[in-house]
Amino acid sequence: MKISQIGVFRTIVVATVTGAAVLCWALPGRAAEEGPPIKIGILHSLSGTMAISEVSLRDVDLMAIDEINAKGGVCITKEGKKTCHKIEPVVVDPASNWDLFAEKAKQLLLQDKVAVVFGCWTSVSRKSVLPVFEGNNGLLFYPVQYEGEECSDAVFYTGAAPNQQAIPAVEYLMSEEGGGYKKFYLLGTDYVYPRTTNKILRAMLKAKGVPEDSIREEYTPFHHQDYQQIVQKIKEFSAGGKTAVISTINGDSNVPFYKEFANQGLTASDVPIMAFSVAEDELRGMDTTALVGHLATWNYFESVDTSANKAFVAHFKEYAKKHNLPDADHRVTDDPMEASYFGVYLWKQAVEKAGTTDVDSVRKALYGMTFEAPSGTVKIDERNHHTWRPVLVGEIKKDGQFKIVHRSKGLVKPEPWSEYTNPDKGCDWVDHKGTYEKNAK
Amino acid sequence: MRSSRQRFTLAVLLLLVTPAVRAQTAPPPAVMRQIDALATDDGAAQRAAVDALGQSGDRNVVPTLEALREESLYVWTPPNGTRRMVIARDKTTVNDHDAYVLQDAYGAGRLHNADGSELSATTDELEEVSVDRRVRAVIQVALERFKLVDSDPAVRRAAAKSLADKGDITALEALADARAAERDPAARTAIDEAYNLLKLSAPAEQDQLAAVNQLGALHSADAVPRLEELRKTASPQLQAAILPTLERIRWWQKVNRFLYAVFSGLSLGSILVLMSLGLAITFGVMGVINMAHGELMMIGAYATFLTQNWFIAHVPARVFGVYFLAAIPLSFGAAGAAGFLLERGVIRFLYGRPLETLLATWGVSLILIQAARFWFGDLTAVVAPRWLSGGIEVMAGVQLPYNRLFIIAFTMVCVAGVYLLLLRSSAGLRIRAVMQNRAMSASMGISTNRVDAWTFALGSGLAGVAGCALTLIGNVEPDLGQNYIVDAFIVVVTGGVGKLVGTVAAALGIGWLNTFLELVTDSAVMGKVLILVFVILFLQRRPSGLFPPTGRAVEY
Amino acid sequence: METPAPSEVSHPAPVLAAASPVHLLRDDNRRVAGLVGLVTAALVLVVALPLLNVVGRPVSGTETAGAWYWVSDVELNLLGRYLSYALLALGLDLIWGYTGILSLCQALFFCFGGYCMGMYLSLQTGAEGVYESTLPDFMVWNRVTELPLFWQPFHSFWFTMAAIVIVPSLFAFIFGFLTFRSRVRGVYFAVLTQALAYSMWLLFNRNSMNLGGTNGLTNFKKIVPTLFGYSTTLRLSEPPVQRGLYVVTALCLVAAYLLCRWITRTRLGRVLTAIRDNENRVRFSGYNPANFKLFVFVVSAALAGVAGALYVPQTGIITPGKMSVAASIDMVIWIAVGGRGTLVGAVLGALIVNAGYSYFTTHFAAYWPYFLGLLFVAVVMLIPGGLIGLPPQIRSRLTRLRRRGQIE
Repeated sequence: MKISQIGVFRTIVVATVTGAAVLCWALPGRAAEEGPPIKIGILHSLSGTMAISEVSLRDVDLMAIDEINAKGGVCITKEGKKTCHKIEPVVVDPASNWDLFAEKAKQLLLQDKVAVVFGCWTSVSRKSVLPVFEGNNGLLFYPVQYEGEECSDAVFYTGAAPNQQAIPAVEYLMSEEGGGYKKFYLLGTDYVYPRTTNKILRAMLKAKGVPEDSIREEYTPFHHQDYQQIVQKIKEFSAGGKTAVISTINGDSNVPFYKEFANQGLTASDVPIMAFSVAEDELRGMDTTALVGHLATWNYFESVDTSANKAFVAHFKEYAKKHNLPDADHRVTDDPMEASYFGVYLWKQAVEKAGTTDVDSVRKALYGMTFEAPSGTVKIDERNHHTWRPVLVGEIKKDGQFKIVHRSKGLVKPEPWSEYTNPDKGCDWVDHKGTYEKNAK
Repeated sequence: MRSSRQRFTLAVLLLLVTPAVRAQTAPPPAVMRQIDALATDDGAAQRAAVDALGQSGDRNVVPTLEALREESLYVWTPPNGTRRMVIARDKTTVNDHDAYVLQDAYGAGRLHNADGSELSATTDELEEVSVDRRVRAVIQVALERFKLVDSDPAVRRAAAKSLADKGDITALEALADARAAERDPAARTAIDEAYNLLKLSAPAEQDQLAAVNQLGALHSADAVPRLEELRKTASPQLQAAILPTLERIRWWQKVNRFLYAVFSGLSLGSILVLMSLGLAITFGVMGVINMAHGELMMIGAYATFLTQNWFIAHVPARVFGVYFLAAIPLSFGAAGAAGFLLERGVIRFLYGRPLETLLATWGVSLILIQAARFWFGDLTAVVAPRWLSGGIEVMAGVQLPYNRLFIIAFTMVCVAGVYLLLLRSSAGLRIRAVMQNRAMSASMGISTNRVDAWTFALGSGLAGVAGCALTLIGNVEPDLGQNYIVDAFIVVVTGGVGKLVGTVAAALGIGWLNTFLELVTDSAVMGKVLILVFVILFLQRRPSGLFPPTGRAVEY
Repeated sequence: METPAPSEVSHPAPVLAAASPVHLLRDDNRRVAGLVGLVTAALVLVVALPLLNVVGRPVSGTETAGAWYWVSDVELNLLGRYLSYALLALGLDLIWGYTGILSLCQALFFCFGGYCMGMYLSLQTGAEGVYESTLPDFMVWNRVTELPLFWQPFHSFWFTMAAIVIVPSLFAFIFGFLTFRSRVRGVYFAVLTQALAYSMWLLFNRNSMNLGGTNGLTNFKKIVPTLFGYSTTLRLSEPPVQRGLYVVTALCLVAAYLLCRWITRTRLGRVLTAIRDNENRVRFSGYNPANFKLFVFVVSAALAGVAGALYVPQTGIITPGKMSVAASIDMVIWIAVGGRGTLVGAVLGALIVNAGYSYFTTHFAAYWPYFLGLLFVAVVMLIPGGLIGLPPQIRSRLTRLRRRGQIE
């Protein structure tokens, strides 16, 4: 519905004539005009091995876009004139193929000319598109927890850095409240995220005085299904008690691992498993009887008790039913979904603040920006392109939800360069050009 | 007469019973004093009181301690009455004020007024008894003492272990008593271990020596770290006892690992057999390369998922576990039907061209995977039935999971079934005839088309059943087949195409070899890689596999 | 069990036609037409398209779109990648279409070439990487402090060029020698190559191999070719460099095509076809099929390696995912779609299937596996000769119908 400029002007003139100078001032400027739609790209795998995780992100992104469009879209006020633009999503399927990620990213940026891209899950996919975004001044919102050690000005990282997930998790386990665990079995899938995370955890444990032989590190390949021997090793290692497993196992290897663990007689009270890649969405595909009592650390759980979150969860379930998403009755929300969701809103806010979709201006507008996300307030750091988030430790319940057993005091500042492994490196795009040496000041 | 006699008996009984119901078992004064002592700000006094209650052996104080831990224990000062300790947990309202329903601190029975209504108190009449973390730790130990005499042996075991972990030497007596009374062998071993572990910290060296030797006899793995620590500060005599004990325990652990690896290999081998059996039939008997074999397994797995869902919706929870037995024939049927359609629709036109069937079935597998993703989504959980969860503890520390035992048994049944079918039944005779000499069989009046279709359906059905069994171990997801297809082919080719005994032998061989390589190299990946290298080299030497097909044919 | 040779089914050769002068003329015409077609195609690919990338380019810094005939950078880049696939397809067609060896590890050789190039490019990135160290990024987060020995020679441009051809060839030679000597063939060979690809995939995924693990090698910045002391820095992000890579790829494709064509036209080629049709008869005729098979296998591996090396700088990343069994099977499908046993068919199939893949994943996101799967099934069942074999197939079908009509 377009209200032409002339019509509004006439209205204002009439209002002024009837002595409504105050009214004119109280009116929120001119009524909004509708401008051309803004295209944004969604780069998530909808088929292949990663579809299991990424499809939900596409769903929640589209839901956020629907919500924004329903409220009129992205409204930019230029010289007093407010134009609202609907968002037009361009959804492509890179099919869990890393080459295709780079190809689609180029396509989105150079052919479709999108203003921003929300996408990627694995570090491989992000690393394969990074040169494309950096070389073409694109903007990517990356919503998944990752290993850090990256500081690109083309990316805004709304997922956790290791100091916002892994480190607080182990600190919790070592604390009395967490159980006072002294021995740690670091088990992960063999790729960069577990390797780097474990590198950081080792350094941290060493700094806290845990001896070398109280730490064991082991990696399995993707899609590994046979955990019999490994569970035996864990049993042996945990003799004497006070042992915890820190699991960075990814994807479909989780189910066989947890099943074998339980079937060989280990329970969460003997040896708890603290996982970093198991969230509500993954639990949907698992028989949770084996998992009850085990732990996970995230920045958001579906069971977070705020009204914003209750609305978010309800809205998503409704959206799933309305759009006939597969398994619509059992859809859940989890951390990467929440991060993706508020990423869309943060971008929208930044565009409205900057008054343009131009990447450089939007980038500047994002620094320090806050938003009332379902997990509470979140804030984009003023300098390093990462997000301040709360840290929550949850215990798995039978219904696939988490009981929050520990919460950080306030938001945790993100540090892409860990103080334990790279104490001399920092990430700053305001005073420096990204990664810099702290000592050479 | 009778009725009045009955009435009389009833009245007497009532009289006898009512006081018991009305009044709680009279709490011994010593215990009551300890309970009262809980209401103090002095942490040390609190801990002493908790300890005393723990050692009292009176089960009625368990709810007291639990309430204390959850901070539901209060001091109640009624408006006209004496102070007493109560548990206040359940909220209620009294005259629009927030209140709690009161329970007796001793025994947690509901308290009643003179008129019989439930006693409740408003919050201003109650004073909380607070505890700090240290007291909570002592409460935990005290509760474990009580768990030592719980009715469930698993609880008793866990309690024993936990007392040993806490290192509370005062629990020795309780453990000694429990030990004497314990009947369950597994629980008794755990209590024995705990008792001796605690004895290690005894002041008298004689006791320590005895404990060390006992732990060695028990092959206690939990003792290893303690013994290591003790070694550093022990006298030479004690050290002389510790060293052989440690060696003994370590050797036992190695034996354990080895035995478990044997079981592991058997389990892995049986899974490979199950997966490859169907493929052996379609590939070996019919010469068809079916790259959609993995997807047929996926169909079986999804059939299991759907059966489970139907049972959840329509069958009472107690009988839920039966769903798995129902799922087996259903998976066979579903996958068999899919295989039948595949054969009639695609493969029938491609006989004699194995490489073409490879490509065509690969295309079919792509379609099936995406269709499954579309229909079911990516995450579908199959709950293992209760009777297949957990395991049987064969020795200390070696628990053989039920699901794997079931799969081993099930595989044997399947192999026997296929063997009987192929070698002893008339249908099997026809299948073998068609495989050996198609033209001749056709001349003898066997409908080769029909036999082909049914053979393929049989192979597919077996794949479905494998998928059903796999839900016990892994995921149900569209990509399920992709994880297994290459392994299945390797097993069939290594075993010798056309011979079922070859497939079984190859599967078991590869399963065991893989497990032991993993054990030796201590890496799951290297185990797998070495197996593949081994297979490659093996096939160079014996290109036709372990049991090559015999015959005059020059060309396959 | 003898199988009717596919060529007989789809290309019914006129046996006595060679005698008749009319048919000779027709053959000549066909030959000339074929030659003209090939030269045109080569010119289009090598000259015309890059030219159209230069001409009609939108002025940088402005929002204007290019001319309607402008081939955009993205499109040229895409085509360059497809052409490197086509190069691989030529090699695969040589062994499968002409010799009947189904190898499901061509993707592995592709990756060998790709990794060699990737290693060179990673070392060139050096200090421009995330960690600003001379070591590739992944080595830094993998806590490797010194460049492993096998990486050292890849500092040199020419060594890399040599390695691209030699490494896959050597690997193929060793594997092929052992395998063909044992007379492993047909389905067994296919499964064996699957096992090989799978085990190498597992190995390359391991971080301890120092080849980037699952992430592979990425973040390439420049190529620095040196010749007689002169070196130029070619930055990969610049359009002229990408254009140059495209031209090199196209030239390599043309060269490879000529090479394959020559191989198939010689007597060697005839023996290969004979091996496909009936290997035992070839053996009884006195030839040793193992040597011929080995030769083609090595040639195809070399071509695959070159293809991989050209692919990597145009894509920007190489991962073990590219050597999976699924990737290899996809490659076989290209040949099947295009037309087995015809070199043009292989190139066509590679181009069409990959273009389709790109198209479907953009416009039918989440439905493309159906399309692709149906394509595979349809091609294999209905058009065994591929698209190239479609005209003759239609012709023979029509002829058969006409003949039936005549008889009746």
